Amino acid sequence: MIELLLRDRCTGCNACVETCPTNVFDPVPGGFPVIARQADCQTCYMCELYCAADALFVASDCERSEPVDEAQVVAAGLLGQFRRDHGWGEWALDPRYRNQHWYMGEVFRRARSDE
Amino acid sequence: MAAAWAAISAARAGATVVIVDKGYVGTSGVTAVAGPGHWFVPPDPERRAAAISQREAIAFGLADTRWMARVLDETYRQLPTLEGHYEFGINDAGIKMYGAVRGPEYMRALRQLAESLGVRILDQSPAIELLLHADGSVAGARGVRRQKGEEWTARAAGVILATGGCAFASRLLGSQTNTGDGYLMAAEAGVELSGMEFTSQYVIAPAFSTMGRSMSYAYATYYGADQQKLDIPAFGPGEEGIRVLARHLLRGPVHCDLARMPQDIRDRLPYISPNVMLPFVRRGIDPFRDKFPVTLLAEGTVRGMGGIRISDDDCQTSVRGLFAAGDAASRELVTGASSGGGSVNSAWALSSGCWSGQAASRLARTEGTRSKDSVHAIGEAGLRPRHPAVALDTARVIAAARAEATHYDKNLFRSGEKLARSLIVLGDLWQAVRDRLQGDGLAAVRARETAAIAASARWSYTAALNRRETRGLHRREDQRSMLPQFERRQLVSGLDRIRSSFESTSQLLDSVA
Repeated sequence: MIELLLRDRCTGCNACVETCPTNVFDPVPGGFPVIARQADCQTCYMCELYCAADALFVASDCERSEPVDEAQVVAAGLLGQFRRDHGWGEWALDPRYRNQHWYMGEVFRRARSDE
Repeated sequence: MAAAWAAISAARAGATVVIVDKGYVGTSGVTAVAGPGHWFVPPDPERRAAAISQREAIAFGLADTRWMARVLDETYRQLPTLEGHYEFGINDAGIKMYGAVRGPEYMRALRQLAESLGVRILDQSPAIELLLHADGSVAGARGVRRQKGEEWTARAAGVILATGGCAFASRLLGSQTNTGDGYLMAAEAGVELSGMEFTSQYVIAPAFSTMGRSMSYAYATYYGADQQKLDIPAFGPGEEGIRVLARHLLRGPVHCDLARMPQDIRDRLPYISPNVMLPFVRRGIDPFRDKFPVTLLAEGTVRGMGGIRISDDDCQTSVRGLFAAGDAASRELVTGASSGGGSVNSAWALSSGCWSGQAASRLARTEGTRSKDSVHAIGEAGLRPRHPAVALDTARVIAAARAEATHYDKNLFRSGEKLARSLIVLGDLWQAVRDRLQGDGLAAVRARETAAIAASARWSYTAALNRRETRGLHRREDQRSMLPQFERRQLVSGLDRIRSSFESTSQLLDSVA
């Protein structure tokens, strides 16, 4: 579930508040939003995709909170990885991150023929 | 997704449309986190016939080929109209690939298109209950704007329930908002549900995660407790692999690696499905080398098939003006007794959305919103308890219902005895909710979700108990064969006392002809 909202990156745009399907965040007038209902997080990573500042980090355990080391997450380059791989925002024109979802059917076909 | 197509289609037909979404149109629901590969077949009669007969073979007599043909046709015509909002992929041979789209971009495109057509979107605005006219037809709905602390009321000529399926709070990726709310609302209006026994679809995921994306597991190797390789068939129609894996999981942990995946697919994976690698990378697991524990996440009626019964070609229910689309509706007409997977289900969501949107738009033209007529709200459980309300721990109620509805032994390997035992537990949960739970204001949302999950679990197991045979996804350990007298769809209705009956397939054909 959601573990980090990095204030030094957050721009206060409240996109996370607006887009979280389970309403985890609360806006703070004149300030940065807060993780108000962590237990409601459904570990869908959508907030990271909509965070243009790459200020959010969702850990993979969906049943319980697992505190993470912010410095480690930053150093490992995990922030913004999901948004980049989706080719959103500034990555939209980068051919390395072009949407290759159409290849999924081919993967299934190849797996079947390998057997 | 079905809601967006319904809104787009109604707006194109000239109606004034509002979408109310519990979360956000774009991130809510199971499409936004996945990659629907629509059932998409060019209008070549031979290819269409082949696609239909392939599905018919695993429908076990409960589907209707006329509906399959309609869905193929509607999907083929409508999906390309997203051009300009969704950048359809082009394969290595230069051919545009319309069917397979990636969830977040697809939902973003649907939102854009809806907005461009003037659809009004109320995000973070869960629907709580339906409003009916005195003549029994639908008049609108009521809900809350949870970030504003306000209520909303919508009066409309048509209401389309596109609330998704019910995943019984299983942690299936993207499904936390899919609590069966539409089933509850429809049942309160007296509408029947169909196919609710078909809820035993599961998807594999790393044990600690929500990540039920199955593609990579085409290259999986499985290991039991003693590191011995397990022989688990590939997942596919019939889903025997799921049942074999579930049997192993009931005995102890199962591990897996993806070492057989070719290097070029590994390199491409993050750009096919960018979320698949996240749980691994964030735990320091290399799934191509390391063994990791797996689980099966219950998909309830999301990839099961049950839902609100459709009464006509417009996806209208037995209540005038009330429609059902996507996973909120029963998909048996196109899937029969086997899961439609992502492909038939997404084609169904699109098609049923478009049909209901067009029909609701016609109603708006002919009848208007009748805004001067008096209406009444019909919500019961979680809103208007029979006895003085008490503080009820909704999280515990949901956890208890989830345990009954999703446990492998109870749900995948069914028997009359096990189902009857579960129904006693679920009946008690329902009783507590119905008698004593009252959520006011914003708390109404969780109260209604709790009621919807408990009710959906009861409908599912009541239908499973009464289908005393094995058919498609529904497997009974105490009756392992398919019996001719059950080659019919089963309807359930009611909340406190659940009624069940089998309809004849020809009867339904007549009623929609």
